[in-house]
Amino acid sequence: MIRVNNLTKDYGSRRAIENLTFEASQGEVVGFLGPNGAGKTTTMRILTGYMPPTYGSATIAGFDVVDESLEVRKRVGYLPETVPLYPDMTVFEYLKFMADLRHIPDGDEIVDAALEMVHLEKRSEGYISNLSKGMRQRVGLAQALLHKPEVLILDEPTIGLDPAQVVELRNVIRDIGKERTVLLSTHILSEAQQLCDRVLIINKGRIVAEDTPENLQARLVGAERATLRVRGDSEELEAKIAGIKGIQAVKSKPDGSLEFQFAPGFDVRPDVAKFVVKSGYDLLELSPVGLSLEEIFLELTRDEKGR
Amino acid sequence: MQNIWTIARREYRHYFNSPIAYIVALLILLTLGIIFIINMLQAVTNSLYYQAPPPDTRIVVSPLAFLFVLATPAITMRLISDEQRMGTMELLLTAPVREWELVIGKWFGAFLFILSIIGITLIYPLIMHYVLIKPGIDQGVMISGYIGVILVAAAFLSIGTAMSAFFQNQFAAFFATLVILVFFWWMVGWPANILPVGADFFRYLDMSDHFYNTMSMGTIALSDLVYYLSLTGLGLFLGSVAVEIRRWK
Repeated sequence: MIRVNNLTKDYGSRRAIENLTFEASQGEVVGFLGPNGAGKTTTMRILTGYMPPTYGSATIAGFDVVDESLEVRKRVGYLPETVPLYPDMTVFEYLKFMADLRHIPDGDEIVDAALEMVHLEKRSEGYISNLSKGMRQRVGLAQALLHKPEVLILDEPTIGLDPAQVVELRNVIRDIGKERTVLLSTHILSEAQQLCDRVLIINKGRIVAEDTPENLQARLVGAERATLRVRGDSEELEAKIAGIKGIQAVKSKPDGSLEFQFAPGFDVRPDVAKFVVKSGYDLLELSPVGLSLEEIFLELTRDEKGR
Repeated sequence: MQNIWTIARREYRHYFNSPIAYIVALLILLTLGIIFIINMLQAVTNSLYYQAPPPDTRIVVSPLAFLFVLATPAITMRLISDEQRMGTMELLLTAPVREWELVIGKWFGAFLFILSIIGITLIYPLIMHYVLIKPGIDQGVMISGYIGVILVAAAFLSIGTAMSAFFQNQFAAFFATLVILVFFWWMVGWPANILPVGADFFRYLDMSDHFYNTMSMGTIALSDLVYYLSLTGLGLFLGSVAVEIRRWK
């Protein structure tokens, strides 16, 4: 659905993105993850036909984003980072205006349906200038959904929303993502983890990793870790556990628990549990520690700096 | 075509939410009313003492065209530059709308607004015709004068629209439009009065020359129509190019 080939964009002498290559197929939610200024917005602006790339090419639904820009724009719903709204219009007027620009027949009904989707039907007669940030974000999303686009491109869709609204918006995005292609950018890692089938990590204009959130996690973990918590003093235990076969390292955490590391595939947790109980401690917790996307992200972008 | 109409309609409505539009309309109508009264009083005196012919619609359309020199920059300054400032340019340029449809739509919205003001000014010729002047005014002069004023407005607005596309800052667009209009309405004709040769060239460039000496007096010449229409086309073309350039920047 989306096919990007060696995309490069220069702003004057500054290179915003460099040789980006990736694909996204139908029914897939792809997350674009990266720090601010990594080139996420630039990539999205090229894909939506807002501006052309310096080198490289991209197609959406088989249409070139530069040469067949109008065809691409008909098929893409886009929510830019700063939600583009006319404050002097009512919500309904604004959406009707966008529906007219997209030549949607039965515009009124489509607008009502879109408002329902983002739970704004009660505010349709209100002026956009009176809406909260979260509501504006939802009006922007309704605008992107009006024409039932094959591809939905959302730039930081949950920014500025309160937690309840974030959950709601994520549900909407997940529903849409079942049938259509969604490309969303975010710098909130847990969001990418929850929403996306695949994550592209981008830093300084280059893709540094591309995989499912789970695989990314597995790929980067050189060793498995687990947390152990017992009742009472665990200081003595630290040295004893280090002696158990298969354990690579143990360190005590400030909250009194111990974290130990072992080679993947050699799960020593049953041995540790037996040992703890045999030694007369009350075992409170023994749980695996996953490397969060946060850590992966830092890991990857640190590598990038070293290069 | 549909896109042009959609954009023009939004723009036209916007003027009725904007204080600047009301101020501009009010100032035009007020100034025109004062000029009208002064002219009519003078005409009464003149006809009493010198038996001068009654005034025609020139006393309305001539000051109206002049007022448009000052009003156009205020009407067009935010047309396109404001879209850039609010970030809605991204919305319009990623919707299936061509650059020229956007520019023509914007211009047409402003044109409809000016047409509404021109429509209101028709009250003065009506008063002259039915109340003040017996047996009525020369309707041919009135019609050609109004056609002239509409063409002048169309050309002015296209220049303003182009400037609004060139400048991101609406005040820059305002002053650029004002300077261009003042230059081509007043100043470009000056060399024609001094130069021994080439006077025709400068007279042709002079925007006011195509109005004051012909259409406001009741003569519609094809060359004047072509002049204003091509000027309008040029402005809209340059505006579209400016939007296109912005995309590639």
